[in-house]
Amino acid sequence: MKSDSSHSAGSAEKSPILKSGAEIAVAALIDQGVDTMFGYPGGVVLPLFDKLYDAPIRFIIPRHEQGGAHMADGYARASGKVGVIVTTSGPGACNIVTGLGNAMMDSIPMVAITGQVRTDLIGNDAFQEADTTGITRPVTKYNCIVKDVKDLARTIKEAFFIASTGRPGPVVVDLPVDVQVNKTEYDPDVEMKLPGYKPKIQGHLRQISMAAEVINKSEKPVLYVGGGIIIANAAQELRNLAKKAHLPVTMTLLGLGSFDQNDPESLDMLGMHGTAYANYAVQECDLLIAVGARFDDRVTGKVKAFAPHAKVIHIDIDPASIAKNVRADIPVVGDAKYILTELAKFVEHRDRKEWFTKIAHWKKKYPLGYDKKSTNIKPQYVIEQICELTAGDAIVTTGVGQNQMWTSQFYRFKRPRQFITSGGLGTMGFGLPAAIGAQIAMPQATVVDIDGDHSFNMTLTELRTAVQYELPVKVCILNNGYMGMVRQWQQLFYGKRYSKSYLANPDYSKVAEAFGAVGITVDKKSDVPKAIKKMLTEKKPCVVDFRVEPEENVWPMVPAGKSLNEMDGLDLLESMA
Amino acid sequence: MKHIISALVENKPGVLAHVSGMFAARAFNIDSLVVGRTEDPQLSRMTIVVVGDDRVLEQVRKQLAKIIPVVKVQDFAGQPVVARDLMLITISAPPEKRPEIIALIETFKANVVDIGQKTIMVEISGPEEKIEAFIEICRPYGIKNVARTGTIAMPRQEKTAQEAAAE
Repeated sequence: MKSDSSHSAGSAEKSPILKSGAEIAVAALIDQGVDTMFGYPGGVVLPLFDKLYDAPIRFIIPRHEQGGAHMADGYARASGKVGVIVTTSGPGACNIVTGLGNAMMDSIPMVAITGQVRTDLIGNDAFQEADTTGITRPVTKYNCIVKDVKDLARTIKEAFFIASTGRPGPVVVDLPVDVQVNKTEYDPDVEMKLPGYKPKIQGHLRQISMAAEVINKSEKPVLYVGGGIIIANAAQELRNLAKKAHLPVTMTLLGLGSFDQNDPESLDMLGMHGTAYANYAVQECDLLIAVGARFDDRVTGKVKAFAPHAKVIHIDIDPASIAKNVRADIPVVGDAKYILTELAKFVEHRDRKEWFTKIAHWKKKYPLGYDKKSTNIKPQYVIEQICELTAGDAIVTTGVGQNQMWTSQFYRFKRPRQFITSGGLGTMGFGLPAAIGAQIAMPQATVVDIDGDHSFNMTLTELRTAVQYELPVKVCILNNGYMGMVRQWQQLFYGKRYSKSYLANPDYSKVAEAFGAVGITVDKKSDVPKAIKKMLTEKKPCVVDFRVEPEENVWPMVPAGKSLNEMDGLDLLESMA
Repeated sequence: MKHIISALVENKPGVLAHVSGMFAARAFNIDSLVVGRTEDPQLSRMTIVVVGDDRVLEQVRKQLAKIIPVVKVQDFAGQPVVARDLMLITISAPPEKRPEIIALIETFKANVVDIGQKTIMVEISGPEEKIEAFIEICRPYGIKNVARTGTIAMPRQEKTAQEAAAE
């Protein structure tokens, strides 16, 4: 941490240097290493924005605060740093609630500074007043209001510490306008006061050696890993463990990228739209080693029938995640990087030939697939082409629904922080702003938002943000005219009554051009590779509108409430294998 | 099963809202929740009576401990503990019934704290069962009003709040 000794407290002779709350906030942000921020100004944050005017911080203004929050989120996911957003009070704070909830569910480190009305007006229903701490409490890891400027530097330091350590999450600091104006000394070395916050890093050694013993005995193990691996920067440690002990690896949606999908030990994603081979392996395994995953209902299906023959080792930094949905025979609380390193020391290599033969059989019998002979544009084909033409190297974001599930199935991810998607909250509209945030974090990377038409509709105004900041993000719309996943469920479970799941879309290439981006429309299968190649060479943001097969479905599918081995669509996959 | 959970929390605004909000959001049932200061001005103690099976209670403890300003969580189940509830109760008491009612009050080691024209207000403290029993005894006379604190509890040979927080 940088500190400016001339500003430190305690020089009795000199009169103390007083700084306004706004100056302290900016200094504290810089001391936290913040060089990029997202935000939108407004009445009660004017003192703060005045100090941001000439601060050495890159500032990105979205078109809507929700977009700003998703940008900060995408920035955090791509970079591993804390995403920061500033908004005004009332509507500004309310507009980031979705973004906070999204970051909360996916454990993304974020700090939001929200303006608040003057302290003497709080509770009076003042103009643009909202009970921000009350509204955001359930969607944040921690929040607080700073009513005394003397508490500000410490609070900001605590906010970053809480957001980025343990199981990360968003933190809101609510900052009344008078506190931004009031003055005090700034002490960059102020001590934090968090008696109730002690995240556990090192796992219990006895638990770890017990886990190793069970792994060494297991005939049919499966490693089931989630976003925790990526958050803990533990992909290398995961790989070491999987290779040393010879374990097949399946990933959750947020875990994709933690283990190279081109590796023969990868079972790809499990769960509702996971691969048949991952789901069968989980249902038949005798040992499930869960790391940084939380047994979400989209992963487990019918929870009572999940992995029925397995002992469960559950490694997680959040004790509350352990044994919440599924019993854990060997719980290990701590940081995945540390624990996997320790665990790898105790495990032995085993052939498990029978098990891997069985897995290979499932892989061969039920590969992911679609009708490749179709003359229509299949969405899966578009994604395969994007993967191929970006050499599987792009940073990929998505909307939510079919577009997201197909991307998780047909883009082959190699490395952590490559796949950025809204998992827990399932926020439509996440794709474009998240891509913008990721592009800012990784200016050299190819960033592609594989989106649905209706997900894109929700936040497409941020296209102008991408144009303004000259960010070459690519948006590939799998345009089927429907809210595809809603339509799929209506087809399968509601007798094809497509209730309110169709919207009339604009011409996206014209929209893109009006925004100052490049727009391409593709309605012939043979034009798909050409359009993607053109998109990849564009320096400007580029939107490609792929008119895909309107009623294509995502397969396989475990219907809600069914167990993982009760997948629909397998006959289809088998016939296309 | 009823559990008495004791949580030492930082004494600052919003903590009660955070705790009660968490209980509501996760559909845990609170029987009673009492907040009060401790000997340390930085810390308050919340005593929460929760109903649920072992799995629910494990989640309650973990989710409580996860809240940043919650410093320490103890579940008193299975250990010797002193638990008390305080009640103020106003009973209909016409002059001809008073001797009888006062005899009951003395039997329960309760105190008369106010006498009106037709009513008596009684203060009684003790374990929850004693309070419940007193309410049942008073019911035939006519209960006008009841106010209860909810359970507070402390294990026998308790450490100070500061010592407990330091653990």
